[in-house]
Amino acid sequence: MSVTPTLEKTRAAGHAALVGYLPAGFPTVATATAAARAMVEAGADIVEIGFPYSDPVMDGPVIQRAAERALAGGLRAADVLRTVEGVAETGAPVLVMTYWNPVLRYGVDAFARDLAAAGGAGLITPDLIPDEGEDWLAASDAHGLDRVFLVAPSSSEERIASTVAATRGFVYAQSVMGVTGAREHTSSAAPDLVTRTRRATELPIGVGLGVRSGAQAAEVAGYADAVIVGSALVKCLLDAGDEKEGIAAVRALTAELAEGAHAGARPTR
Amino acid sequence: MSAQPDPTGHFTAQGINFGGRFVPEALIAALDELDAAYRKAFSDPVFLGEFERLQREYAGLPSMLYDARRLSATVGRRILLKREDLNHTGAHKIRNVLGQALLTKHMGKPRIIAETGAGQHGVASATAAALFDLECTVYMGAEDTRRQALNVARMRMLGAEVVPVTTGSQTLKDAMNEALRDWVSSVDRTHYLIGSAGGPHPFPAMVRDFVRGISVEARQQCLDQVGRLPDAVAACVGGGSNAIGAFHAFIPDESVALYGFEAGGDGVETGRHAATLTAGSLGVLHGARTYVLQDADGQTIESHSISAGLDYPAVGPEHAFLRDTGRAHYEAVTDAEAMAAMRLLTRTEGIIPAIESAHAVAGALRIAPSLPEDAVIVVCLSGRGDKDMDTAATWFGLYDETGDSGEQA
Repeated sequence: MSVTPTLEKTRAAGHAALVGYLPAGFPTVATATAAARAMVEAGADIVEIGFPYSDPVMDGPVIQRAAERALAGGLRAADVLRTVEGVAETGAPVLVMTYWNPVLRYGVDAFARDLAAAGGAGLITPDLIPDEGEDWLAASDAHGLDRVFLVAPSSSEERIASTVAATRGFVYAQSVMGVTGAREHTSSAAPDLVTRTRRATELPIGVGLGVRSGAQAAEVAGYADAVIVGSALVKCLLDAGDEKEGIAAVRALTAELAEGAHAGARPTR
Repeated sequence: MSAQPDPTGHFTAQGINFGGRFVPEALIAALDELDAAYRKAFSDPVFLGEFERLQREYAGLPSMLYDARRLSATVGRRILLKREDLNHTGAHKIRNVLGQALLTKHMGKPRIIAETGAGQHGVASATAAALFDLECTVYMGAEDTRRQALNVARMRMLGAEVVPVTTGSQTLKDAMNEALRDWVSSVDRTHYLIGSAGGPHPFPAMVRDFVRGISVEARQQCLDQVGRLPDAVAACVGGGSNAIGAFHAFIPDESVALYGFEAGGDGVETGRHAATLTAGSLGVLHGARTYVLQDADGQTIESHSISAGLDYPAVGPEHAFLRDTGRAHYEAVTDAEAMAAMRLLTRTEGIIPAIESAHAVAGALRIAPSLPEDAVIVVCLSGRGDKDMDTAATWFGLYDETGDSGEQA
């Protein structure tokens, strides 16, 4: 199930969508699944399930720690797919955010096939640029999956154009030059990047990296089609005394973020 | 066969594109800038002249090709040692850091970052930073900073900031992860001075071009001193920079066999090794498609070697290419074999090699009987063993207080 109908719906309603991220298997497969379902219940429009990886070069300390613990807990590729299936039952579209090597190892077409079978919407690939993604472009076409590629403040106009041309679902605008993690202030580079990306595509644009509060979500919703939040939600589970408390914290933060994202002015085009 | 990648950094063998750029989009602009600067530099007589001058006057190059007669008499084949151990800072790595630091200056960036395992590349980078007046931050696994306290002190003496990395396995690969995280946040003013022939394009080709002087010199020296090309060239392979440097000018010489020796650790069959080309599988790590030590889900498996410089779970993509085309052969050498070779070279020639380089010596001993009696083998002695004395003293029981007079090897 593509993210496209969801993003059309939020756009028609005049607001941005909230995309919430949690890694599979942290603290356990069952709790991660329950927490992601809680995000949907609390207002997240789209869910990203992270595939924990041993060498996450785009992630800051919070997501690194969660991924390390998921892997130490014995997380396998099949658990990631099972998590997707459990969250997709809610009816919300579920994307998998993954570094490329686990997919390569599984087999690009096989992973696409099994992800589609689990009800997944597609992949976000932080270390795969379309230039290297020939086999993924083919597999995502064959299995009807979204392929969310990233653009960054350092991307040239040519790179933005070639990236959005390969993208399906939405374009992920990386708001800052840096790794994942909550930040004090939202990025000043993000609005400019979104403007440059809009010149190149009609696709919805999601902005991620550094959003942690409802106020920040509302600010981003003023110029983007989707607000993407990861580390702040993961931190709810990291800091919680127990799993129940963690899920409650995820639910509360998601509600605040959703209110911000949904209150934001409709992006002008 | 081609020894150059395509314009986007792919070395293609048997339909597989090794190398490439498996990195976040945020780094592509910097890689494009670097690629342009590197191509320009190699056609710029001013840059090349400056690089040549620094190598000669500062690093002490070209290094000697030494006819190791006593070792040869022991082995029964003629062995010539390419004495990279005599270079400034004690290894071939000075070639790469001088090249990249000069390039950093040409790009107008004021800062370099580097990853290091045992600290050799960190020391070389800190040295170049001092020489070129660049800020320098070196990422090093926390475990390694404890084991290599002397090299940490050397880097700090040279003015570098050393950051202990406490994430993951706290070794070289995690230091590289942390350096990449720094780079994606600081790329405007920072060059990532990668220390081996891996990483995203253009690093593998660029690093090779900075270190290929090893084989350019050795080839001519062998012609001058022996009157013909060698029968074989042997080098150790971790990430693979000294090996690609030692091989590259010989690639068109089909009569010259090329041998790379990986770290076999406790033995490939034990699973505790760093023999990526012998026992790894196709994957992506640190920006390049190559052979990787990984589990069934593509998670990186930690490597093991007595030699910190070879203790890395991937390998430069051009070596993957040379293996799959059959142009070069790769074998694993165990810790025990390498340490025995270290002692043999020390006792026959009075040269204490780095444990990394001892893997190449051990490999040469292994292949020697398969070569004709008049065979000439060039061994890349990539570094000196001063840094390894503690490991060697422990291995051979050289410390008085251990009370251990028995020698293992």
